[in-house]
Amino acid sequence: MFKIQHAEFIAPGIKRFVIEAPRIARKQKPGQFVILRIYEEGERIPITIEKSDPVCGTINIVVQSVGKTTHLLNSLETGDRIRDVVGPLGKPSEIEKFGTVVVMGGGVGTAMAYPTAAAFKRAGNRVISVVGARSKELVILEREMREVSDELLITTDDGSYADKGFVTDKLRQLIDAGTQIDLVLAIGPIPMMRAVADVTRARNIRTIVSLNPIMIDGTGMCGGCRVLIDGKSEFACVDGPEFDASRIDFAVLVQRNAMYRAAEQKSMEDFQSERVALLAKVHAECVLQGGGK
Amino acid sequence: MSPTAGKSLNPVPIKERMKLPRQAMLEQPPLLRASNFKEVNLGYSEELARREAQRCLECAKPTCIDTCPVGVKVKEFVQLIVAGDYLGAAAKIREDNVLPAITGRVCPQEDHCEGGCLMGKKVQPLGIGYLERFVADYEQRHMDKSTIRRAEPSGKKVAIVGSGPSGLTAAGDLVQKGHQVRVFEALHELGGVLVYGIPEFRLPKQIIREQIDYMRAMGVEFETNVVVGKTVTIEELMEEEGYDAVFIGTGAGAPQFMGIPGEHLNGVYSANEFLTRINLMHAYEFPKFDEPMLDFRGKPVAVIGGGNTALDAIRSALRLGAGKAYVLYRRSEAEMPARIEEVKHAKQEGIEFHMLTAPIEFVSDSKGWLTAARCIRMQLGEPDASGRRRPVPMEGSEFELPLSVAVIAIGTSANPLIQSTTPGLATNKRNYIEADSDTQRTSKKGVFAGGDIVTGSATVILAMGAGRRAARSIHEYLTTGTW
Repeated sequence: MFKIQHAEFIAPGIKRFVIEAPRIARKQKPGQFVILRIYEEGERIPITIEKSDPVCGTINIVVQSVGKTTHLLNSLETGDRIRDVVGPLGKPSEIEKFGTVVVMGGGVGTAMAYPTAAAFKRAGNRVISVVGARSKELVILEREMREVSDELLITTDDGSYADKGFVTDKLRQLIDAGTQIDLVLAIGPIPMMRAVADVTRARNIRTIVSLNPIMIDGTGMCGGCRVLIDGKSEFACVDGPEFDASRIDFAVLVQRNAMYRAAEQKSMEDFQSERVALLAKVHAECVLQGGGK
Repeated sequence: MSPTAGKSLNPVPIKERMKLPRQAMLEQPPLLRASNFKEVNLGYSEELARREAQRCLECAKPTCIDTCPVGVKVKEFVQLIVAGDYLGAAAKIREDNVLPAITGRVCPQEDHCEGGCLMGKKVQPLGIGYLERFVADYEQRHMDKSTIRRAEPSGKKVAIVGSGPSGLTAAGDLVQKGHQVRVFEALHELGGVLVYGIPEFRLPKQIIREQIDYMRAMGVEFETNVVVGKTVTIEELMEEEGYDAVFIGTGAGAPQFMGIPGEHLNGVYSANEFLTRINLMHAYEFPKFDEPMLDFRGKPVAVIGGGNTALDAIRSALRLGAGKAYVLYRRSEAEMPARIEEVKHAKQEGIEFHMLTAPIEFVSDSKGWLTAARCIRMQLGEPDASGRRRPVPMEGSEFELPLSVAVIAIGTSANPLIQSTTPGLATNKRNYIEADSDTQRTSKKGVFAGGDIVTGSATVILAMGAGRRAARSIHEYLTTGTW
């Protein structure tokens, strides 16, 4: 059992959790993720670690409500417990002094890009961050990103905050203005990462994206998270989650992520009607397990 | 308590014993069980067990013991069954095997104890596996675990990496020597391949839990959600957490694919994923459990491979409602590595076996969903490195087999997580950990390894044999201090 030391919504449908997980906090590096399972009948889902505090023994994750599991997770509060949290998994981001790095975060992807952006800055890079969201209230981590960036650009799809448009518009503008870009890191929805890759491929700018395919164990055992990289299967859980965007077969990624759509929809519909009972069950498990590990 | 050869309690004269038929295992009828996940075999009654035990010839030099990888004293425990002392029989097995309810169910007895049974040369061998299972289940129902005595603490700490068969065996043997033993498991549930790999209908989860509870009562500590190599390294365990020795029993762990076109299609699974979804994550109980499985009710499903894993996968698919369930194997039935009983059960349940057949490509619709496998027929040529006749493709024999789901069960390869994070740990060219076949010592002081991560894919009982040898040499290392 892993205690939620603190939980708060930072935007509509987006919640930050500070979780007591001392072993993970001690080892976490930017770019890595955890897999968690909320309760006995729950599925295992991967979530990137926003940051960790090795002294306090805590890790932060930022979760957007999408399907049943994330909705249930975002119903949990300070003091609740998560049954299983394992990590840190995946390869850490490759951090070195590249020169000028553009860090792009789309939606909740900004929270996942943040630790690597901070590490790029610490390594002496010039960091230009581009944060995009659908609308004003969904812009997250603006302050944190500003702190670790030499320049911060913000876009909203509807223009309700900062500049109207997509993050790729900003990227094109930077390129057109003659900015020398040595590396792009883009984390967000698949269409956004794919669009970024399309912009940079033509200009030969090395681009890293973080993939989040369907996973189970996260240790390379099941092979469910395989992605096609240069036509060959690699496992996102152990060979990734970060890959060179120009080598990824995005069509296969989209296709495989759709594999359980029917079941996911059913789960979500059931959840709407069972929410209260399910939460009671999760809380009961917390009590049963006594919180002690 | 142990009877001697001269004073057998067996009322049946030796000469008559060969004439007694082997007592059949009670099992769920094939058509019924093909639609549920409950255990196929139902076990012996006391009466059946005693009748079967009476068949034992009580050989002066029993060959059933030599052929057991952990050396269970078969003759002695069977004699205790004849005497009606079932708890005594369980204790006798436990001297050599800490997981009797598991081996009694999943061991390929024909390759070990029963293969060594003298009777097998003329009639059917003694049902040693069935008897072991009977005794273990009896123990679970009747034994008071609070009576388990703990050994005098030795003051030494041992970390076991992986809670599969080799790790549990090593843990059980070491805790009985008084060492403080902690087992680290990457998943959220204990048991390793026993839990994620072997389906409920062959090895119920409850049985595994009970065997592990027994080990807890013996004093073994368990910690789940620790991926050694990621959450903590071997060196950190030894240097920062004070472990005097480490046993690595992580299993082979990485699925092999075939390298043919279409393996990324929706509907193509590794056996590891297919079985993990069903067993560990209970996808067969969706929506009660959240983990989904594709809905392939009434549709054709095939598994590629001929081992126990392949049969576990296809029999699971059948239970999930597959309309057709095929085993595609590139060799012939004689070469299939699966347990004889599993092949028999699978055939009874209506699984179709297509021998000397291999897929060469997976075919899809326009949205990336599997629709068929293009296959080729094989014929057997000269023996290969494994001693089995090599399958050779027959030119012009290609055909298309309509499929909604294909499960690839052609074996595993070494998971590199530990090797890549443990400096000084030698590996072979296929990246399995190098360990002495007798002492299970690795190239790194204080670190031992055994099971599939050393040998590649094998069986539960062979991994347990390695765990046992490792425990013996870890104990020796901890008491003498010499490496």
